[in-house]
Amino acid sequence: MIEDTPQPPAGTRPADDDLVRATGVVKYFPIRRGIIFKHEIGQVRAVDGVDLTVRRGETLGLVGETGCGKSTLARCLTRLYPLTAGQVVFDGTDISTLNRGQLRPFRRDVQMIFQDPYGSLNPRRRVGSIIGDPFAIHGVADGAERKRKVQELMELVGLNPEHYNRFPADFSGGQRQRIGVARALALRPKLIVCDEPVSALDVSIQAQIINLLESLQDDFGLTYVFIAHDLSVVEHVSDRVGVMYLGRLVELAEVDELYRHPHHPYTVALLSAAGTPDPNKARKRERILLTGDVPSPIDPPSGCRFHPRCPKARDRCSVDDPVLMPGTDRRPGAEPTGDGHVTACHYPVLPGEVLAGRT
Amino acid sequence: MSTTELFESAEVPTIDTSGTLGRSPWQLAWARLRRDRVALVCGAFIVLLGLVAAFAGPLSKLIGWSPTQQDRINGLTPDGLPAPPSVHHLLGTDNLGRDVLVRVIYGTRVSLAVGVAAAVAAVLIGVIVGLIAGYFGPAVDAIVSRLMDVVLSFPFLLFAIALVSVVGPSELVEIGVIAFFSWAAVGRIVRGQTLSIREKEYIEAARSLGASDRRIMFVDVLPNLVAPVLVYTTLLIPVSIVFEATLSYLGVGIIPPTPSWGNMISDAQDVYQQAWWFLLFPGIALIATTLAFNLLGDSVRDALDPRTERLFAK
Amino acid sequence: MALLEVRDLTVEFPTTDGLVKAVRGVSFEVDSGETLGIVGESGSGKTVCTLSLIGLAGGGRRGGQALFRGQDLLTMSADELRAVRGAGIAAIFQDPLSSLHPLYRVGWQIVEMIRSHEDVSKAVARKRAIDLLGLVGIPQPARRVDDYPHQFSGGMRQRAMIAMALALNPDLVIADEPTTALDATVQAQVIDLMVRLQKEFHSGLIMITHDLGVVADIADRVLVMYAGKAVETAELDDVFYHPHHPYTKGLLESIPGASGTRGKLRPIPGSPPSLIRLPSGCSFHPRCRYVMDRCLTDEPPLMDVGAAHRSACWLPATLSGLAEGTEAQRMKVAEAARSEDTPVAEGES
Repeated sequence: MIEDTPQPPAGTRPADDDLVRATGVVKYFPIRRGIIFKHEIGQVRAVDGVDLTVRRGETLGLVGETGCGKSTLARCLTRLYPLTAGQVVFDGTDISTLNRGQLRPFRRDVQMIFQDPYGSLNPRRRVGSIIGDPFAIHGVADGAERKRKVQELMELVGLNPEHYNRFPADFSGGQRQRIGVARALALRPKLIVCDEPVSALDVSIQAQIINLLESLQDDFGLTYVFIAHDLSVVEHVSDRVGVMYLGRLVELAEVDELYRHPHHPYTVALLSAAGTPDPNKARKRERILLTGDVPSPIDPPSGCRFHPRCPKARDRCSVDDPVLMPGTDRRPGAEPTGDGHVTACHYPVLPGEVLAGRT
Repeated sequence: MSTTELFESAEVPTIDTSGTLGRSPWQLAWARLRRDRVALVCGAFIVLLGLVAAFAGPLSKLIGWSPTQQDRINGLTPDGLPAPPSVHHLLGTDNLGRDVLVRVIYGTRVSLAVGVAAAVAAVLIGVIVGLIAGYFGPAVDAIVSRLMDVVLSFPFLLFAIALVSVVGPSELVEIGVIAFFSWAAVGRIVRGQTLSIREKEYIEAARSLGASDRRIMFVDVLPNLVAPVLVYTTLLIPVSIVFEATLSYLGVGIIPPTPSWGNMISDAQDVYQQAWWFLLFPGIALIATTLAFNLLGDSVRDALDPRTERLFAK
Repeated sequence: MALLEVRDLTVEFPTTDGLVKAVRGVSFEVDSGETLGIVGESGSGKTVCTLSLIGLAGGGRRGGQALFRGQDLLTMSADELRAVRGAGIAAIFQDPLSSLHPLYRVGWQIVEMIRSHEDVSKAVARKRAIDLLGLVGIPQPARRVDDYPHQFSGGMRQRAMIAMALALNPDLVIADEPTTALDATVQAQVIDLMVRLQKEFHSGLIMITHDLGVVADIADRVLVMYAGKAVETAELDDVFYHPHHPYTKGLLESIPGASGTRGKLRPIPGSPPSLIRLPSGCSFHPRCRYVMDRCLTDEPPLMDVGAAHRSACWLPATLSGLAEGTEAQRMKVAEAARSEDTPVAEGES
């Protein structure tokens, strides 16, 4: 393989295995100033060139810290945002340039579950009407039939169908998240994007929702993109995991491979920093303490965006922007690895290697 | 750091809502309003005013005087001054010997009709314009917001006087003038609310389901605007009533001899040292009505958005 | 005598909906150099039960006793309490902006804090403020001391707040979810800093959190709270590997990666109860898999179930731990002590 050529992860699979194929996705948010005549004074580079595929039936986890662009990327994949650049192909159709009307049929196939169980349900509407929204919007079922379908959905997600006429305020956080799940499930979508679906819930409730999502995936053959900052939750639910940093995907691999053999120094640091609810593991773990905070996505560092905080950074890293490449061998002519583990790093962490900054 | 902030930052206990289950936010607000004594008293007073306005004709027949009828026997003192309260005229007479009570009753009709109509018109315009400004993004917002700023910076009394001297005074013109100067304030509030509602996740959820802008505006945004708009309408009515009185006082509102509280006060100012009743009773009517609406507005606001709920419902 | 001894603390909030019993008889103690982790979900009373000690629980009615260096915090006057706050007990909150005033320079705030408790010159206090900012890892402290809070990043603000909390070298630090709002890598920095500083200053630390990962990292002893009560208290490892109370055990089985899960999550059914209308008997019984008849009527007190290990559950003291065998025994004991019509919480989906 020639250096600096981006390779699609694991090119052996048939193409129709991919439900979503995103290439070079870029999303910038302009920063405007001025009262009457707004002029642009800068851009937030929320997502800055991401290639990603989501396979049918899998759960793809996306992790990263605040401002890494994972939620923005999700909203680009579902076309809630227009793309600044790049292409998103969903189920064989290029959806990146479709307008709102053209997107309508696609909206049936892709649903979202949101983070805030309080904010994502309209407080002035009855639960039955909220869950029935997809039917109403797409004109699928009316009157008694809609009510029956909604009540079936409520039962499916573990809510009492008799509570059809209640308001969101009458439900607890976990139950509200079930309402959100029921709404997402209504039109039997192909893809559900879950944006931090459990992070606002109490710990004893989180597991209820995780288990619910997993059993629904089995029953309906759903594909999930699962965004979370909690690494243990992502490890539990995902088949593959992508790690994001400052608008870039820096590493992507099968879940066990990524958690056991992280290649990118940022992934290594992130995994070592995450809390482990197990004192023995916590004592054994060696923490890599990164210096400083995540830089601003308005003015990201040159070259590799992680280089100012990276314990392995060398001169090249501040100039040369690394692309996703398989394996850890960066020499020209190195044998490509076939496990789909890709890393955007010039000097990946090798197995057994000790990073500086351990405590 | 205040104690409320601290308590909010602290964990918030879950509250049992059994007994309120399945009741709409409106029903809950109505239940709270019914427990509010001030609201009950004010509401009753306003209903009474409405009845008085509606039955002004029969009432004046009962009293025995029409609003424009001059009492040539007992209406004026020998000096030609208004007659004080007596068995003939319970609240005295005015400078032309007309019954003050009957005229205050008829004034209620004008004040309520003009005040409520103007407030409702202003709210309707304000909601539509504010909703458009808040919902349709920065470009539309910039234009509409500037328009509202222009309206709000008009010297409204000067403008009202000038306008009326051109087109001539009438009740409709008066309603139009009041509404024209009030809608922009409603528009601003609605715009601000819409902007914040637009960022809510449930709006994003509706978008992700493929809902049209019209559906989002009417099904998701508008119901959440009803509470603030309802409160603002209740508070705008007394403002409009005072506005009406001001215009009538200045002679550009209701044309005499039709009575309004404003032109009664205006007429009374020359003789109030001799005839206090002539100034006092329309004044009391104006203040009591304004106060009742304001207090009711406060109660409605508390009922729709009680602080305890904000503390505990999260 | 321990540094802080809390006995039978109660905190109640009168509201329009009824009396919220936020804390219902909680006892614990903390010694110098020791870290107590208080774990619980929202509404468990974990925050109220500590903040109320230093008069920061907004209008709650307090009962019981809280001896700090032998003096009862609950009966102190406002002035006495102010003297204790800062120099004796310092608090760190989840949101640093709640302690840092946005309109004053960070250094000035630390200087004022020092000078309101100690009679030192401005120059000396400023020198100390710079030293403290350096100690908590703020780069170029001599320059950043004149910054405003908004010029600091989230992690730096949290550090500045820690610096402020440590300014008077307090004997006890109460940290209320200090890392919850921070990203993982920054959270690791802050926890590392707190552990280091605690060793250096030999202060007592109460770490209030919902995050068992943080507890595993930092605590010596753990107090688990549920619905305003302490349901279990033990040494760190006993809580994670030999939990006795079904709630503690449930938590460990429902958090991915925790000691109890082994790949399969087993959620606790239902939701936490209302603090106004608490269930009868043991307040956990509606969510408990091992409910017995007496759980519906008798509220269990904290009982010894091992060395320095206490649990408020009617299950036999010997039945601690996550092993399959213990689990089978627990089920057997519970079934035997249960009549036909006693409802048992079912696991969900």
